[in-house]
Amino acid sequence: MKSAGKSIPIINEGECPLINPPDLDAFREWNRKKTKKLIDKRMTDEEAVEKFVKDGDYIGFELYGTVRCPLSLTRTLVRSGKTDFRIAGQGVTELEFLLSMDRVREIDFTYMGLEVYGVSSVVRRAVESGSVSNVVEWSNASITWRFKAAAMGIPFIPARSMLGTDTMRRSSAKAIECPFTGMKLALIPALILDVGFIHVSRADKYGNCQIDGISGFSFEMSRACKHLIISTEEIIDTEEIRKAPDRTIIPYYLADAVVLAPYASWPGEMASYHERDEDHYRMYVAKQKTKEGMDEYMKEWVLDLPNHQALLDKVGMDRLHSLDIRGGSK
Amino acid sequence: MSDKYTSNELLICLASRVMEDGTTAFIGTGIPMLAASLAQAMHAPNLVAVFEFGGTGAILEKLPLAVGDMRTYNKALHASGICDIMETSQRGFIEYGFLGGAQIDPYGNLNSTAIGDVLKPKVRLPGSGGGNDVGSCSWRTIAIMPHDKRRFVEKVDFITTPGFLAGPGAREEAGLPGGTGPYRVVTSLAVMGYDDETKRMKLLSTNPGVTVEQVIEHTGFELLMADRIETNPPPADKELKILREKVDPDGLYRGK
Repeated sequence: MKSAGKSIPIINEGECPLINPPDLDAFREWNRKKTKKLIDKRMTDEEAVEKFVKDGDYIGFELYGTVRCPLSLTRTLVRSGKTDFRIAGQGVTELEFLLSMDRVREIDFTYMGLEVYGVSSVVRRAVESGSVSNVVEWSNASITWRFKAAAMGIPFIPARSMLGTDTMRRSSAKAIECPFTGMKLALIPALILDVGFIHVSRADKYGNCQIDGISGFSFEMSRACKHLIISTEEIIDTEEIRKAPDRTIIPYYLADAVVLAPYASWPGEMASYHERDEDHYRMYVAKQKTKEGMDEYMKEWVLDLPNHQALLDKVGMDRLHSLDIRGGSK
Repeated sequence: MSDKYTSNELLICLASRVMEDGTTAFIGTGIPMLAASLAQAMHAPNLVAVFEFGGTGAILEKLPLAVGDMRTYNKALHASGICDIMETSQRGFIEYGFLGGAQIDPYGNLNSTAIGDVLKPKVRLPGSGGGNDVGSCSWRTIAIMPHDKRRFVEKVDFITTPGFLAGPGAREEAGLPGGTGPYRVVTSLAVMGYDDETKRMKLLSTNPGVTVEQVIEHTGFELLMADRIETNPPPADKELKILREKVDPDGLYRGK
């Protein structure tokens, strides 16, 4: 990379070094080499994690909390033993799983809490004990604009968030005066993920994806990944994709792997498929309050299960079907 | 109908009354959701609830449990994504932003990041989430909080979300959009606004049965006083009925 430009003065800057500085020209080269052929990318969670994730990677999850979470892939990632990750932080449950196993080195932090159920004890233990070596602060808009900048193929996006706050001070953003208007702006740096994980409603075997309900930040994040692993409720024929191409939010050439994983978001919800499993989630919330409880949860619901099917068997199809909302909301 | 109500029920009613029909409001998890739902049923059927992950204009029939869950776009007008919503706010479309935090200072700056030194926090809190964005670009922000000395402090440990920062002119100096900033603080004891000149928090009205002295006693900084301090009307029977029977029938948030 070239050295930084000097012609627009930086009037203010966050004190944290950028965790994963973007190289947009290298990203162009990467994207040039990525296959554009329609090839069958179906594989298992285990194959996808083994093939595309390595220790030390910068990874990200979409959507967040208990909404459309790629948890089958996350559980597989935990079982794989891979570690030392750097993470963009609002995939709450995913991060709690990884943090509880001490697999996270650095976090670009946005929101890590349990909403209605309060603060995350897992995050408190990990951050307060210093087991995560570096925490950099962002807002939800700014972290998504970081993906958007990468998606646009440019190194930053100017924004009117973050300014004047400690959130800015503890970030890696910089402020300038706009060369056109004189307006003060925060420059939000592009973020390119080594691996992104997204759970979608439907995909074909090549990785053309449809998402029901809000799109969250799937559009931006899917375009900001070197490797993108898709899990999906259903695999559909490409004919179905071609009948409604306006529904394709993630086109096939972005995806590296397509994993069929119904109920992957359980105990979270999946729009037009199933509701959140409130009973299980409350049990989880209670368990995560102590280290012992969280260790027990991880053993029973992640580590002791060989794969996603074993989880579905353990939960039971009757229980899972009782959460179904196919054909309309309850 | 019982004339007794919980502290949360009062907070929900007070927040609901601030919401105007035909305006847009950023709604976060918890009390703002209940307040928006109650406002839609009471006086603001055209209140446009905006949820940061993409739901706009939902009819809030069932209580959302998360700012991205399906109920945030129940029968909604638009289900988009976070960039669209945040950019819409940055363009000036969002009138109200409802916020919470662990600490607030006289200028309405909010901390939801850490208690103690952020590098070695005594308590690591959930972080900004959309808070900083809502506080940066909504025209008027309303903080909803329990009222005590640990929360109402002279100086917050960390400014997660901008209020008036260091005082008059500070938001503009930092580059935040002109004409934006804190508007109200709705608490378990009172409703506060801000002084136009000094931008410091000012007591406007107290909750039923609460004295001005009690508010002062539970505030960790010098509170300015409006010329006349009103008393907030208690929750009306109709408000409580809707709240208990329609908005939160399971009592998830209303409290005991």
